[in-house]
Amino acid sequence: MRYLPHTDQDIKEMLAKTGYNSLDDLFPTIPKSYRVKKEMCLPQPLTEWELNAHMAELSSKNASTSSHKVFIGAGSYPHHIPSIIPYLISRSEFMTAYTPYQPEISQGTLQGIYEFQTMITELLGTEVATASHYDCGTALSEALMIALRKKKKQNKVAISSLVHPHHRQIVKTYLEPAGYQMVELPSKPDGTTDLSPLDTMDDIAAVAVQSPNFFGCIENLGKVKEIATKKNIFFITSFTEVLAYGLLKNPGHFGVDIVAGEGQSLGIAQSFGGPGLGIMTSSKQYVRDLPGRLVGRTKDRRGEDGFVLTLSTREQHIKREKASSNICSNNGLNAMTAAMYMATLGKIGIRKIAQTNHDKAMFLKTKLEETGFKVPFATPFFNEFVVKAPDGFEAKRESVKKRGIVAGLAIEKYYPTLKNHYLFCATEVFSKDDIEMLARELK
Amino acid sequence: MEEHIANTCRGGVQKCHNAHQTATSGLIFKESFLWEKSREGRCAVSIPAQDVEESLLDPELTSDPPELPQLSEMDVVRHYTRLSQWNFGVDSGMYPLGSCTMKYNPKTNEVQAARPGFAGAHPLLDEDLCQGALEMIYNLEQYLAEITGMEAVTLQPAAGAHGELAGMLAIHAYHAKMGHQRSKIIIPDTAHGTNPASATLCGYESINIHSGEDGILTPEAVAAVMDEETAGIMITNPNTLGLFEENIKEIADIVHAKGGLVYGDGANMNAIMGIVKPGDLGIDVIHLNLHKTFSTPHGGGGPGSGPIAVVKALEPFLPVPRVQKKDDRYTLVYDKPDSMGRMLTFHGHFGIMVRAYSYILTMGAKGLTDVSKLAVLNANYIKECLREDLHLPYDRPCMHECVFTDKFQADNGVSTLDMAKRIMDYGFHPPTVYFPLVVHGAIMIEPTETESKETIDQFIGAFKSIVQEAKENPEILKSAPHLAKLSRLDEVSAARKPVLRG
Amino acid sequence: MKELSELNLPENLKYSDDHEWARVDGDVVTIGIDDYAQDQLGEVVFVEVPEIGDTFSKGDQFGTVESVKAVSEIYTPVSGKIFAVNDSLAEAPELINNSPYEDGWIIKIKADNLSELDNLKDKASYFQMLKG
Repeated sequence: MRYLPHTDQDIKEMLAKTGYNSLDDLFPTIPKSYRVKKEMCLPQPLTEWELNAHMAELSSKNASTSSHKVFIGAGSYPHHIPSIIPYLISRSEFMTAYTPYQPEISQGTLQGIYEFQTMITELLGTEVATASHYDCGTALSEALMIALRKKKKQNKVAISSLVHPHHRQIVKTYLEPAGYQMVELPSKPDGTTDLSPLDTMDDIAAVAVQSPNFFGCIENLGKVKEIATKKNIFFITSFTEVLAYGLLKNPGHFGVDIVAGEGQSLGIAQSFGGPGLGIMTSSKQYVRDLPGRLVGRTKDRRGEDGFVLTLSTREQHIKREKASSNICSNNGLNAMTAAMYMATLGKIGIRKIAQTNHDKAMFLKTKLEETGFKVPFATPFFNEFVVKAPDGFEAKRESVKKRGIVAGLAIEKYYPTLKNHYLFCATEVFSKDDIEMLARELK
Repeated sequence: MEEHIANTCRGGVQKCHNAHQTATSGLIFKESFLWEKSREGRCAVSIPAQDVEESLLDPELTSDPPELPQLSEMDVVRHYTRLSQWNFGVDSGMYPLGSCTMKYNPKTNEVQAARPGFAGAHPLLDEDLCQGALEMIYNLEQYLAEITGMEAVTLQPAAGAHGELAGMLAIHAYHAKMGHQRSKIIIPDTAHGTNPASATLCGYESINIHSGEDGILTPEAVAAVMDEETAGIMITNPNTLGLFEENIKEIADIVHAKGGLVYGDGANMNAIMGIVKPGDLGIDVIHLNLHKTFSTPHGGGGPGSGPIAVVKALEPFLPVPRVQKKDDRYTLVYDKPDSMGRMLTFHGHFGIMVRAYSYILTMGAKGLTDVSKLAVLNANYIKECLREDLHLPYDRPCMHECVFTDKFQADNGVSTLDMAKRIMDYGFHPPTVYFPLVVHGAIMIEPTETESKETIDQFIGAFKSIVQEAKENPEILKSAPHLAKLSRLDEVSAARKPVLRG
Repeated sequence: MKELSELNLPENLKYSDDHEWARVDGDVVTIGIDDYAQDQLGEVVFVEVPEIGDTFSKGDQFGTVESVKAVSEIYTPVSGKIFAVNDSLAEAPELINNSPYEDGWIIKIKADNLSELDNLKDKASYFQMLKG
């Protein structure tokens, strides 16, 4: 086996040193009756070439951005990934290192994450960011838990029904066993959150709104801030499409307390939904309440600048049952990827790509309207939007699938009243021709 | 010109005379922050053609572009190449971090995960368009169930701690279904910090118990606290001292008799694949770290993947959706009324699963069994070779890692930390230090099976020579490392006045 | 770490088993952590203090003292209402190390019942306890 370096001679010598007769004898503390009696039932080992063949076959059974035009976002977005990103992130010094607990020989990871923290706070207008979380849904859950811990007297949070449905499911999974409750805010006819029920809610710790929301609509975060301030509750926002903030006023502009976001669009492969990148960022005053790792700047004994993991007393390995979270491994390599991507785009690139996303989506909207689709919400959007399909669309959608086009995502299963409604997304990866072809095929 | 060179490079100052010292010092570059290299007007990305009309949003909604650094493509490449050279990875050298299983990360796994059909798949594709992904998930669940001897597996949890939380939520949901929620959970003092933190998230109070004098749990200690208000026990086996919990089955019986469940922390699964199955030991739910046992890279802190495997009684509580196979078609099933809900936005860390799946297919059953045997052989070999040099707090046969302390070096004023820093100069990553907490000055060494006898002999030689230095020249340890890019960092100032962004 | 004989334990203070000290001035009790505790903890990097007006019962945790690698909870030996907190600790947590009994005090609490302090130890019996 090519990963196991031991020769028969090595094994013999090592056994002699340890006083065992055979490899099977190495487990004297495991009672005989517990030992596995027969070999595990797994497939016969494959050579590298057999593995290639098997994986090529498996992967060919999936539609991918290279085989299909998938006009779906809804939390996972197709974007161009510059070649330098996979090239650089594959450097094994980054990829095969552990968490940088020994800073003297981990400065690459540490400076890289410090730069990530810096650029993410610049992008979102906040003051501090953690070294990453798993994904937006889990980050949002933890953000709400911060609010509940800080507002000890309240055990409820209000969350917009236009927050990604999967994120709301995660929040429920996290909150309920801990004895907390979430109340959903309904939507308005314009496709944004109806904030009016907040007026009569006196026992909530936080309000959470996603913008752009699940329908793609840009929420009025200024209004949410106003209400949160008046009620003295936490103002939390989330997002699934981070590139929107290459164009839009960022959450920091609206005085948000904590932001939980998904960073997959920052150069990370869609990879059937994971691993993505949970972004967790806030104003300075909550720095000691944030879950997960933080990189801070300091000096070494010779006075050279350097970086360490800091404020780690918040974390589980020190505070154990009193820790603010149980998170240990995070999505650090994807944070590094995101930093590389932000550095590659820069101020000019991120604006141009964000604007292109919006242009393509507007063009797609126009083309779909020409094909008989209705746009139910007039609210501005970034790169995705909801349409009501004309009769007979479902059959057509099936038939264009065979031609390599995936025409939107049905959202009735998330919003039962929205029959025949679909969420469409267009990004910079779609050309004018792609969009026109979609419209033509759907005629 | 000369001055400039002196400024940008810091050459090796200390020649290596010691035979065990594999490290020397090469050219290490200084590298400023991205934003210090930024020049107005540069951009490293290829901008897509403007083939549709520009469509401007209401200026009320937009703002100036974010001040991200402006660089050329070469600037970005050189920046990250230089940064990477300040890092130590498994590919650089032996990385014997106890409890972390820093084994070799096979490169073919990276190739498989990068296939467009996997890396470019949207998570909400129609089921007929993602049969390959669902089949992979289904197969991997089956393999992990076989390896652990359990009934069902979910791959949704994102990391080990997330798997623990899922495991705890399964236990929580089980007790709720039984009609009586419980309030406490038993956790031994050797546990990873994530265990009590995960239990707290479910509202369980941690009841800490001590392990016995020989480093393992006694049934009596568990029986003394187990009652009908206790949801169960969280137990790591092999435990964090690297010892097998011999009384596991008796302990499980005690917990089960009072209606509790046994949670197994599978962080140390690398020691027992094909040797024992957790399912045969009375464990009801166990998490696995695909980034430890199943060779996926740690990535400088993640992403990992933390599947859980459960017995039949707990299957109804697993997160949704579940992947089901019917007549060679794979479907996603959401209709599980007792499910704990959703743990992650989509299907888990799929890209990591592909790597682990490739690893299992490459190794096969015998290969994985050999992995565990050789991991245990390597650890026992190190234990025997260093036992005269370092104090061994629990002198018992170890599993895949061994724990020493700095007791012998204390008289020279040398601590575990000093030895850990010094071993960097010899070209090795330090072992895990000061964990488990129950051992004062712990040095926890996990070589893994992928290190050869020569490398391990070199590591042992390095440690012996450090022990010698501790007697003759303790100062060289206290001021170590000498060859790393930086010397020891000031963590106190970092925490007193946090600077968390540039 | 200091030898027991090197510890500075002023005579005029009362000590708790959890290593807090208390100084009584009228019905106001000043509380901090003692030389033994600060020495065990090492360089303090952060002190979490309550807000003025918060009320606590005897034995309640009212804050934490953190070093780089450890967190220590601090408990009040007397019930009452927080009257003052040491704001300088936010900028200079090292006061706990450098001056545990003067500049490094943590809270002043208006005591409900000073007799609750009766079972605290004087220097001699506290020192005896440390010796074990």
